[in-house]
Amino acid sequence: MNNLAWLAKYAFKSIDWPLLLLLLILSAMGLVVMHSAVGGTSWRYADQEKHFLMALFVMWAVAMTPPQIIAKCAVPFYLIVLALLIGVEFFGETSKGATRWLNLGFVRIQPSEMMKIGAPMMLAWYFQFRDRHIYFIDYVIAAIVVLVPFALIVKQPDLGTALLVMGAGFYVIFFAGLSFKLIIPVVVLGVVGLSTILYFEDFLCLPDTNWVMLHDYQKGRICTLLDPTKDPLGKGFHTMQSMIAVGAGGLSGRGYMSGTQAQLDFIPERTTDFIFAVFAEEFGLYGAVTLLALYALVIWRGLVIALRAESLFGRLLAGALTMELFVYIFVNIGMVLGLLPVVGVPLPFFSYGGTALITLSVAFGILMSISKHNKTQN
Amino acid sequence: MLRPMSSETASRSKFRIRIWVAGLFAMLCLSIIVARLWVLQVDRHDGLVQRADSNRTAFVPIVPRRGNIVDRNGEVLARNQLNYTLEVMPVQVKRLDKTLSELTEVVNLSDYEIRRFKRKLQDSSRYANVVLRNNLNDVEAAWFASQAFRFPGVNLKGRWVRDYPQGETTAHLVGYISRISENDLDKLENMGQTGNYRGTDVIGKKGVEKTYEQLLHGLTGSESIEVTAKGRMVRSLNRNDPSAGKDLVLTIDLRLQRIAEQAFEGQRGALVAIDPSNGEILAFVSRPAFDPNLFVDGIDVESWRQLNESEDFPLVNRPLYGTYPIGSTYKPFVALAALELKKRSAKEIIYDPGYFDLGKQRYRNSGSTVYGAIDMHRALVVSSDTYFYSLATLIPIDELHDFMAQFGFGQMTDIDLDGEKAGVLPSKDWKRKAFKRREDQSWYQGETVSSLVGQGYNSFTLLQLAQATAVLANLGVLRQPHIARAIKDARTGEVVPITTKPPKTLSLNPANIKVVRDAMVEVTKLGTARQAFEGVLYDVAGKTGTAQLFSLKGGKYNSKTVDERLRDHSLFMGFAPAQNPKIALAVLVENAGWGGAVAAPIARKVFDAWVLPSTSDQAVLLQPSLGTKP
Repeated sequence: MNNLAWLAKYAFKSIDWPLLLLLLILSAMGLVVMHSAVGGTSWRYADQEKHFLMALFVMWAVAMTPPQIIAKCAVPFYLIVLALLIGVEFFGETSKGATRWLNLGFVRIQPSEMMKIGAPMMLAWYFQFRDRHIYFIDYVIAAIVVLVPFALIVKQPDLGTALLVMGAGFYVIFFAGLSFKLIIPVVVLGVVGLSTILYFEDFLCLPDTNWVMLHDYQKGRICTLLDPTKDPLGKGFHTMQSMIAVGAGGLSGRGYMSGTQAQLDFIPERTTDFIFAVFAEEFGLYGAVTLLALYALVIWRGLVIALRAESLFGRLLAGALTMELFVYIFVNIGMVLGLLPVVGVPLPFFSYGGTALITLSVAFGILMSISKHNKTQN
Repeated sequence: MLRPMSSETASRSKFRIRIWVAGLFAMLCLSIIVARLWVLQVDRHDGLVQRADSNRTAFVPIVPRRGNIVDRNGEVLARNQLNYTLEVMPVQVKRLDKTLSELTEVVNLSDYEIRRFKRKLQDSSRYANVVLRNNLNDVEAAWFASQAFRFPGVNLKGRWVRDYPQGETTAHLVGYISRISENDLDKLENMGQTGNYRGTDVIGKKGVEKTYEQLLHGLTGSESIEVTAKGRMVRSLNRNDPSAGKDLVLTIDLRLQRIAEQAFEGQRGALVAIDPSNGEILAFVSRPAFDPNLFVDGIDVESWRQLNESEDFPLVNRPLYGTYPIGSTYKPFVALAALELKKRSAKEIIYDPGYFDLGKQRYRNSGSTVYGAIDMHRALVVSSDTYFYSLATLIPIDELHDFMAQFGFGQMTDIDLDGEKAGVLPSKDWKRKAFKRREDQSWYQGETVSSLVGQGYNSFTLLQLAQATAVLANLGVLRQPHIARAIKDARTGEVVPITTKPPKTLSLNPANIKVVRDAMVEVTKLGTARQAFEGVLYDVAGKTGTAQLFSLKGGKYNSKTVDERLRDHSLFMGFAPAQNPKIALAVLVENAGWGGAVAAPIARKVFDAWVLPSTSDQAVLLQPSLGTKP
């Protein structure tokens, strides 16, 4: 009985309550919108409820694990996931043109999803390991640690997940102290490059132009972004319809379960990648800004946890995971609003799918663990 | 300690700066999103609302007609009937309560239906059709149609509903369709069939409705239609016709099936009759049965509770799921094993004192009858247990297992019905795997003794017994039992026969089979089944059986004192006419006692109905009194 009481107390103390409150509000909103997106009650909705429940337990379990133990797991976890990724390359299951799944006999897993946690964990561990003796060569090693899984995931192909892995890895390196002298030129180069693409748009999107690095469908998506109206029934359809939906929402929205774009099936993938369009159509600008404010609060809380963290591992990992969440949000909503090309990135707490939700819950569990195990560390 | 501290502080403040940079970058990006939202939702709002309202094409699925299921003579077992439904699209109705109250003047609406409708309304999209009432009859439908102009947004829809005109008859083999469940959806998704089921809300759940689901369902078509902003259809733009499901012709003979079901007279049990020349199932009975029509629109809680909790298990498909010890009906096969494996000749005389001793254990004949000196023929005719017990020292269990496996005992027959059980054909190997504790894993000779009379671990489905009986009738040819005969295209009339596995010929000596068959013929003339087959107009080869459920432990079995559910099962297996078999069957009546008294008379009625030439004669012969020669 004593043990049980101790465990309950420990479980209670492991939770970062402000963060949990925010996550619960977001989850509730996510379920409400899912209910509308599926057009009433349906098995998908019931499924999603189960996913949330499961995610809550996973988060709690991870939150109760001290960060020192998480740090010890970093290297083996990264190596196992990397091995699984290579396994996908050879023995993966293909569906809809992409090879992402690995069937281990008793369970089907998506290693690329696990890499979203594995890569930043590994890097945070590495920089803690090399503490205060960080030279240029360390950044090169760090880059390799990220680029190998990145390349494997791009090859599946799954650009969205690859970008998230890359983003998370980049933020660890950035927080570890990558010189601004190196970052600024890259940013400038990126801005210049993007402007050039925009400027030469007409030439680049001609069918004969061969893009060296990217698949045809990726080229299509980027060209669509540059001018969605050019191909409204084909590739531009997704973006056009979601923009119409968001715009039709106006200030206060068309009302719950009353968005014509969503309910008459014009929004593509409305329960998954494009669910933000359903939300913005039915709840309008007020709803959308409220949601963004909630996300901002989560990011703020995550960065505060990073600032207060005792160990270097904790600081780097908390910072990177928080910024990874930001990348999720920005890429997804940017895509729905026609700001970014269509890449398969789900909207946290809203998009249908258990796997992505479990990854998120592990990430937030780690954040809570870092947040609540500060004092015990000394 | 000063230096590391200061270095720690320095690294901390560097980190603080970077967190700030990252945070500000995130906020900047989120501001860009807010700005973009402003552009779309405020600046361009008017234009985009117009675009949304003029979005006018919608895809609707066209559901194919499900195939019919008929018996071998074209009698309908499952069909579709037109059923009218009243639906409401909420967005098209201005004042719902007024509409509903006016509507009650035109069609009957119960309070329950209105409450159910309102509950559904809260859970659905404003653009989805919500069912108000099902099953309008033709008069109500016509009456509403004439008044429809008064009720915009209330639509009369005709839809096809599955109907099983035979009710309980053939329920277990035809099965039923019912609402698509989450589980079904998962399976459809895995098969890449979700698109083909758009607009369909039912799927085959049991019987051939399940095994031939793909064929019966057909291919869903689609239509792109122009709709107004509120979802009302204006005109069709493009249509892709569905292709209807195929009709399924079964091997069952409905007349024979009826006669067989009636012969059970309310008792629980199962019967499988096979045409030995091709493996076609002629009758497939599981009693008690249920009405499959209950399931079509989703079964109500009360009916479900009654069916599911009944001690008689009406939902269980007995010939497929029920595995039983088959008692003495196993003896013809054991006798054949003794001959084929050259363990005992047919002429050898064994003395039956009414019991057989193995070590200290004494195994008794049922009823402890003493049969005296008997050969194989006599042993089968009187059903001497001792004769077969004594084979235990001659036939090792593994040899028996391998011989019996050829007939399909203890294995799936691969019939085209779902959920078949394999049962148990015991062997040393089986016992090692079946038991966890080491001391339970070794085989005892006493267990061989009970195996030889169809008791012990033996546990077979009635379908397996019927199949094995057909093999005997065929002089050793095993044909896969099947229930579908052909697939018919209702539009073109084209008929494609179902293909089955090629027949397998067992290497058996015809002289040995003759010994067993002759004994089985005498069983129905002078032996245990003579009363049931008194005055029969053709030769029948058969064997009765009584399967013990109750272990006697030295006591004497008394059917009156034993709980009804623990009484013996009554069995019969056989084929007719004996020389040129047209039908082989196995029948089991649960807890009915002695095989000759209960199961054999049922078999007699089925044989008469199938073997005798014309129906008028059979009508006479069906009476307990005997008919005259045709």
